[in-house]
Amino acid sequence: MRLAARVTLLMPLALALARSAAAASTMAQSMDMNDAAPLGMFWLDQLEWRGLDEPNGAAWQGEGWYGGDYDKAWIRTEGESYSGRGEDARVELFWDHAVARWWNLEVGGRQDFGTGPARSWAALGVRGLAPQGVDVEATLYAGDAGRTAARLKIEYELLFTQRLVLQPELEMNVYGRADPARDIGAGVADLEVGLRLRYELRREFAPYAGLVWVRHYGATGNSLGAAGADQNEFSLAIGLRMWL
Amino acid sequence: MAVVRRISRRVFVHGIGGGALVLAAGARAAPGYAASPPAVLRGTQFDLEIGSMAVNFTGRPRSATAVNGQLPAPLLLWREGDLIRVRVRNRLSVRTSIHWHGLLLPANMDGVPGLSFDGIDPGATFTYEFRAQQSGTYWYHSHSRFQEQTGLYGAIIIEPAGGERHVVERDYVVLLSDWTDEDPEHIYATLKRDSEYFNFSKRTVGDFFAAARARGWRAALAERRVWGAARMDPTDLVDVSGYTYTYLMNGVTPAGNWSAEFRRGERIKLRFINGSSMSFFDVRIPGLALTVVAADGQDVAPVAVEEFRIGAGEVYDVLVQPPEDAPYTIFAQSMDGSGYARGTLAPHTGMRAPVPPVDPPAQLSMADMGMSAAMADMPAMARAEPAHERNAAVDMRVSAPDDSLADPGVCLRGNGRRVLSYADLHTLGGALDARAPQREIELHLTGHMQRFIWSFDGRKFSEAPPIEFQHGERLRIVLVNDSMMTHPIHLHGMWSEIESAAGEFQVRKHTVLVRPAQILRYRVSAMAAGRWAFHCHLLYHMEAGMFREVTVRPADALARAARS
Repeated sequence: MRLAARVTLLMPLALALARSAAAASTMAQSMDMNDAAPLGMFWLDQLEWRGLDEPNGAAWQGEGWYGGDYDKAWIRTEGESYSGRGEDARVELFWDHAVARWWNLEVGGRQDFGTGPARSWAALGVRGLAPQGVDVEATLYAGDAGRTAARLKIEYELLFTQRLVLQPELEMNVYGRADPARDIGAGVADLEVGLRLRYELRREFAPYAGLVWVRHYGATGNSLGAAGADQNEFSLAIGLRMWL
Repeated sequence: MAVVRRISRRVFVHGIGGGALVLAAGARAAPGYAASPPAVLRGTQFDLEIGSMAVNFTGRPRSATAVNGQLPAPLLLWREGDLIRVRVRNRLSVRTSIHWHGLLLPANMDGVPGLSFDGIDPGATFTYEFRAQQSGTYWYHSHSRFQEQTGLYGAIIIEPAGGERHVVERDYVVLLSDWTDEDPEHIYATLKRDSEYFNFSKRTVGDFFAAARARGWRAALAERRVWGAARMDPTDLVDVSGYTYTYLMNGVTPAGNWSAEFRRGERIKLRFINGSSMSFFDVRIPGLALTVVAADGQDVAPVAVEEFRIGAGEVYDVLVQPPEDAPYTIFAQSMDGSGYARGTLAPHTGMRAPVPPVDPPAQLSMADMGMSAAMADMPAMARAEPAHERNAAVDMRVSAPDDSLADPGVCLRGNGRRVLSYADLHTLGGALDARAPQREIELHLTGHMQRFIWSFDGRKFSEAPPIEFQHGERLRIVLVNDSMMTHPIHLHGMWSEIESAAGEFQVRKHTVLVRPAQILRYRVSAMAAGRWAFHCHLLYHMEAGMFREVTVRPADALARAARS
């Protein structure tokens, strides 16, 4: 993605935020009320240590937003670092627009960091609440040199008590073609299923323990051999969920 | 000693006993003000000074917004027909205002910044001047941002020119409110970030198994499926709960136990005012029959009940006559059972009666969504969708709203007590205006729980033009609650004369509770020209957009506007 294209993509966000800010300030000044005031937050859904089998590692997943009810700047980041295997990290920035009762449209870009060459993508996705309270994030990506990718994340919450919450989660990344330099296979490149049990000391601060199963399909696309091979890991995760 | 204990998983009782109010010690607080009990100011000329005051309700020192160093603000005693002059001086560092809730007065005296006047700047004084045209129990509060939440509320009693209808030996104001140690701006932001933050009564895995044991697996699953399909939570009764609130009675915590004296056999009038920001109270006095004699300041045919619900902004005058020389607990539990305000009617100061247990938490039913189980999968489209509704801002729509006034509302149905409903209220003397409505305006109470957006017809205040009334006209307002929350709807400057389901005049109010999935009709006489506020009296709903300007235009101006 060229810079110009990225700037174009973020234009609607800038316009929407400016519009809501203008409406907000007029109202705030005369009424001492403000139903369009922009707000923001950032939270780490996961900040965890993973272990049990080798290799050990750390992983995070966080999101944040700033804006009004219908238009927000939305940031999403996740990554992991395993001893002996290097790092993998991404940051995404979207214009998040409420399009339907339960669904938001996300337009923006994604940058991959970590071991191997950095990759840039344009992104288009939806985020919302599916029936029965299932949180869904589904995003399509287009990168340099005709690369394509998709990501799906679904998440649910099950309350044992008012503060003890079990959170099953599934995340899947799919790529149009292999990227051996980043050890990514074509098709389903990785699949992660997590089951985390947290205790909300406060809503803003919850330690948790969980099990994470990761299936990583290497660049060779099958289970053979050395570097770039499949990994099938089952690990214990201990971490913190918090609002910052 | 701080008392912060959790009675069960759902009930929070915060608060310290004894002198909950600390004498004004802050830099801006004027010296010499007495703390509780609130002063009673009588007459026609008043000087009120709004300032910050140091308080301590929970063991943590905080700053409140107070009038003359008092929380609640002084009780104002007026006489019907008198010309009232109130000079309000602002000693805060931000703008302020006082709105006279439920009073008919000129629009420029109504106290809503941006509509009635410009507000009162720091250091400035504004003089309110109007004639007390009515009698009964009313109240006043700030209409600026969250100052009502931080303590700016007080009672008004206007004595009838012809004397009180019910002569009593004792007359007490019982002003209920909700105090939080948090900054209300932070609560508002928290609701936008996680609208379920304050709900600690959600359904658990254990609740599901209990339901399955009680009603069978199939029924339990089907019920969960319906709520899941709607993405709604039947435990979402209030947005801000006892998790952060300490409920106050006349500014006193439950542990502080506000008390009122009496002698056996005396008739006592209790003037209940809900001055809270976000709370509905279910009020009872175990052992005493409550005779409701006035609603929102207007006398009604006396009706005996054991319990009544009072929403934010509402007022009920209640008579009791204790038969024993014994203490009686005035018990006002928050609708969601997450806490309560409490005081005592006592023959001698310091006596206390048992505090009843909080009712087991109730949940919304499918009827509160305006649907039966069989209809759950059908799109709800029977009533016309309001024009210009913004889909992303509205999370449900009710296909078949219920027009009954006899339903006391969620948590009160079938609780074994005789509970007041609007069907029990009959204003004495009938409607003020005998004309039939010439025009009808339908408004839907809309919102999105998860996004914490609140609106009329799917449009927030900042997105909607004013509602226009023609000066002198008699019109019918039809409210359809398309949300799963109860909303107290308050029209400034004009009475709301509620119609029965049969279309007859029922009761005159200034604040009208509308249940989830209810359709409610009332008549308004647009006799007061000017710009008025019309809003949900849940403060955070109002701030989130559930507010409209009502412009009462001279007839010719309206015609000109229509031509151009």
